[in-house]
Amino acid sequence: MSRSSLLDKLLVLLTWVVCLLLIYWAWREATGEGGVSITLLPAPDAVFKELGHILSTGAFIEPWEVTFYECVMAFSWAASVGLALGYVISRSTYLVQVFEPLLASLFTVPMVLFFPLCVLYFGLGPNSKIVFGFSVAFFPIVLAAISGFASVESGFVQAARSMGATRWQMFHLVLVPAAFPVVLSGLRMGAVLTFLSVLGSETLGSLEGLGHAIHNASMDMNPAEMYAYIIIVIVIAALLNLSLGVIEAIGNRRYGVTEGE
Amino acid sequence: MPIQNIASAAIPNTPLARGHAVPWSERLRSPAAARLYVIAALLILWEIFARFIVDPLFSAPPSQVFGNMGALLARPGVVEALMLTLGELAAAFVLAILIGLVIGLAVGSTRFSKRAFFPVLMMLYGIPQVTILPILILTFGIGPMSKIVFGVTHGMFPVIIATVASMNNLKPIFRTSAWAMGASRWQTFRYVLLPHMVPGFFTGLRLAMSGVLIGVLLGELYASSKGIGHFTQMFSDNFDQVNLLGIVLIVAAIAMVFNAIVRRVELYFSRWRA
Repeated sequence: MSRSSLLDKLLVLLTWVVCLLLIYWAWREATGEGGVSITLLPAPDAVFKELGHILSTGAFIEPWEVTFYECVMAFSWAASVGLALGYVISRSTYLVQVFEPLLASLFTVPMVLFFPLCVLYFGLGPNSKIVFGFSVAFFPIVLAAISGFASVESGFVQAARSMGATRWQMFHLVLVPAAFPVVLSGLRMGAVLTFLSVLGSETLGSLEGLGHAIHNASMDMNPAEMYAYIIIVIVIAALLNLSLGVIEAIGNRRYGVTEGE
Repeated sequence: MPIQNIASAAIPNTPLARGHAVPWSERLRSPAAARLYVIAALLILWEIFARFIVDPLFSAPPSQVFGNMGALLARPGVVEALMLTLGELAAAFVLAILIGLVIGLAVGSTRFSKRAFFPVLMMLYGIPQVTILPILILTFGIGPMSKIVFGVTHGMFPVIIATVASMNNLKPIFRTSAWAMGASRWQTFRYVLLPHMVPGFFTGLRLAMSGVLIGVLLGELYASSKGIGHFTQMFSDNFDQVNLLGIVLIVAAIAMVFNAIVRRVELYFSRWRA
């Protein structure tokens, strides 16, 4: 069993390496003599040279700081307002019936439509990105909070109440652990959406940030720099996804009550 | 996602659902009525803000926005732009389903291909796709093509993931019993696997629809020569708030309708499970 699964893993790894080599080979061939125009796809060596240049001069730090600041602000606002509002709504079945369908249908509206308005009200600076990121991330978080806190098994609540739990004990010993997995997955979705929408809005209209760096390189007809920044953003996104997954797993293990336990 | 579940689970207790004659006093307090009050209150707040508080250069009251809808639609090019955007959405959605289904079936068909390629697909799905938007514009121009391609890149991953995931959700016992009763490969696929894939697949379609909407509209807003992005750009450059809010609301309404249709279809096809 263990031998065959090891073989399996090796085979999987081998396919990945072969795929990567094939992509690299195709990229090199496509950009060679008589290949794709250099404005569409620069040679891999040029991109990696540019990437090394950006990394060694630290040119990516300044736009990254702006993007990071916008993401943190947008996410903190969305998380605090979304969780508070979701908790309040979840405390009454009536409020859930009134607000949940309303929020769920607003969630289906592509918020990117309102980005021109954000720019109009809050300018091209970081504020319009924070507001836009907030408006995108708010909905999954508030919906998860409502669904998490409202669907706590009534047996838990009644048991705690009959054993004389105070309001605070009820909140932090019963409701929070029971709602934790759902709320956490909403927060994770909100975090990913914040990053995506901040980058998107920076690409659409901004003066600084990573999205702006990509847009700027494309406007300057400097494809090597554009691809280098794209690689940087992809690495950051992968790291973000990985760390969010780890945080979710740790959080669930420490505080969460999972079904079937 | 369990988000939608609580609302539907909570409904049967309301008097409206029981189908008796309901007194008006209760009808006025029903959640559906309260929802209308909330919407009305928001509209009134917006009206007050736009009329008395905010600079008219930056906002417009809803009464004006809705009153102006007819004039907006009568403007040359606006209806064409809406139709063009609808066409982009439809093309991107269909292509996303077809491509996603083919890749999903290929990846999900064997254990090895799933283990080798599914993590790669998940990683690709996690990439912020807006980063490749400038490349797509360079490659496909600022016409409808770049929006369709961008919509497809947003929409196909949910379809792939839903297809692979729903192929794997089949309980082994069903496959075994189908095999034991002498079902052919095709029969197993047609009568066992396919019905089981349907609910998960339609969940993927719903996510694909929201992805396609984001992709196409983002592409429109980034660079557009004829679609609605062209008009939002023009109206916001001219501080023409009445028209800007009007067209934004029309597209938002279209998006909600599209999503609602896909959601209905999903519910219809997963009803055998209940």
